[in-house]
Amino acid sequence: MTGLLTLLQKELLRFWKVAFQTIAAPVLTALLYLIVFAHALEERVAVFEGVRYTAFLVPGLAMMSMLQNAFANSSSSLIQSKVTGNIVFVLLPPLSHREFFAAYVGAATLRGLAVGAGVVAVTSPVVGVGIAHPLWSAAFALAGCAALGAMGLVAGIWADKIDELAAFQNFVIMPLTFLAGVFYSIGSLPAFWQKVSHLNPFFYMIDGFRYGFLGASDVDPVVSLAVVAVFFAVLSAGALALLRSGYKLRS
Amino acid sequence: MPDAIEIRGLSKRYGALRALDGVDLAIAQGEFFGLLGPNGAGKTTLISILAGLARPDGGTARVLGRDVLAEYRAARRLLGVVPQELVFDPFFTVRETLRFQSGYFGLRGNDAWIEEVMHHLDLAGKADANMRSLSGGMKRRVLIAQALVHRPPVIVLDEPTAGVDVELRHGLWQFVQRLNADGHTIVLTTHYLEEAEALCGRIAMLKQGRVVALDRTADLIRRFHALYVRLRIEGRLPDALAARRVPHAGREAGGEADAGAGVLLLQIQDYAEAESVLAALRAGGCTILEMEIVQPDLEEVFVQIMKRR
Repeated sequence: MTGLLTLLQKELLRFWKVAFQTIAAPVLTALLYLIVFAHALEERVAVFEGVRYTAFLVPGLAMMSMLQNAFANSSSSLIQSKVTGNIVFVLLPPLSHREFFAAYVGAATLRGLAVGAGVVAVTSPVVGVGIAHPLWSAAFALAGCAALGAMGLVAGIWADKIDELAAFQNFVIMPLTFLAGVFYSIGSLPAFWQKVSHLNPFFYMIDGFRYGFLGASDVDPVVSLAVVAVFFAVLSAGALALLRSGYKLRS
Repeated sequence: MPDAIEIRGLSKRYGALRALDGVDLAIAQGEFFGLLGPNGAGKTTLISILAGLARPDGGTARVLGRDVLAEYRAARRLLGVVPQELVFDPFFTVRETLRFQSGYFGLRGNDAWIEEVMHHLDLAGKADANMRSLSGGMKRRVLIAQALVHRPPVIVLDEPTAGVDVELRHGLWQFVQRLNADGHTIVLTTHYLEEAEALCGRIAMLKQGRVVALDRTADLIRRFHALYVRLRIEGRLPDALAARRVPHAGREAGGEADAGAGVLLLQIQDYAEAESVLAALRAGGCTILEMEIVQPDLEEVFVQIMKRR
């Protein structure tokens, strides 16, 4: 257990030492999104009945930031270690693949949650948003961040270069988060795009997290949580299999 | 008592390249062992398999009786590896780096030993410095400290003195020799053959993934070479001495590569034979301009072995 906790501590300290960049910067970005989109769309976009657009936007932005940062934490830590060669420090000790997984995903989850807490703390007073069902929000925040932490682990193992990881981030993570209903309710989309949105697992994370805030959602939160749990389970199984095989880590 | 390292039939391929080709090797506890070979001979692959960084295609490797795959946790606790590449984590200080490494091996509250290791490696003054700010030599010391932080009984140093200044090299070897005297098994790879000759009790030479020589250092030098007489003469070498002549004399026995015409290298078994060589030269009408008895060293043995096999 000491090995796992030490690796977790190292991963936490790694992002905490540059918290300005890893926590403060995404919080500021979310705040800018809120200000700009709220100003441009507050009176123009209808979301759930009786819900202001800004109140709708805050949980979406918070979850989007959480997911992106959870992914960035595990993936960037791994790729940097691989590129610089210091990955050897965690490959030489007697750490199991499960400990490795738990430490990287744990740190990614905690960074995601820290960013999410920051976004909510900064934007809620501006907008005046309350949390209707905190446990639902907490469950989606935890499951979503863990899933993206595991996804980051897979991407970090797979990528050989920082460019490849950036491509993964720009062409997979960004579109999936932006098209997951952060800025709109999928109920406003044509039927075809609604169906397409239902294939995006990020949609369920954001919709479920938003349910915790507003008590309203596009999909039943139980269904959303089940989808997110399956998504996390699949990614975890993949990450654990890669770690166990030593793919791209042990020759 | 199990061997510190026991390797049987170890093989590893990287695509078409056969990095290790059925290596057998046993290193007893307490030895100071040298692993030599040219680049690409398989030294680092062998170390990587011992350390769990690479997986063998065939054969077994054990550290103090523990299989590096089936019992990887126990095997890794028994082994400390100083990697060849000068790597570091730029986020942390020296002390943080060592505490983390200690924790990965399951050790908490290991500060007393960490301080001692830093003291021995002259790192105490840099304990709270960020790794980025250290010179190459200091980073190398931290790598060595990281390998020792869990007090492994078997220590593998993969070219630890590459790019290291003379002062650090001496300090490092004193420290490693003390560890060896305390009972630690040391396995060393180096390109500085004089270091291996001075430090290692036994040596294995690898070439193209195979062990081509394995013996006590002194015996290896004796076995592969007698003495040389290096001569500069006027006149033609008598036929009676032709069989003793080593071709390309300039490059043999540490001679100058461009040693001029008339420089010869003749092999003799012992000092007594030098007299008969001189007698044969005189009888052949040669005038001896310069003469030197040359003792072989490990570098020469290394060159000969790599050439012959």
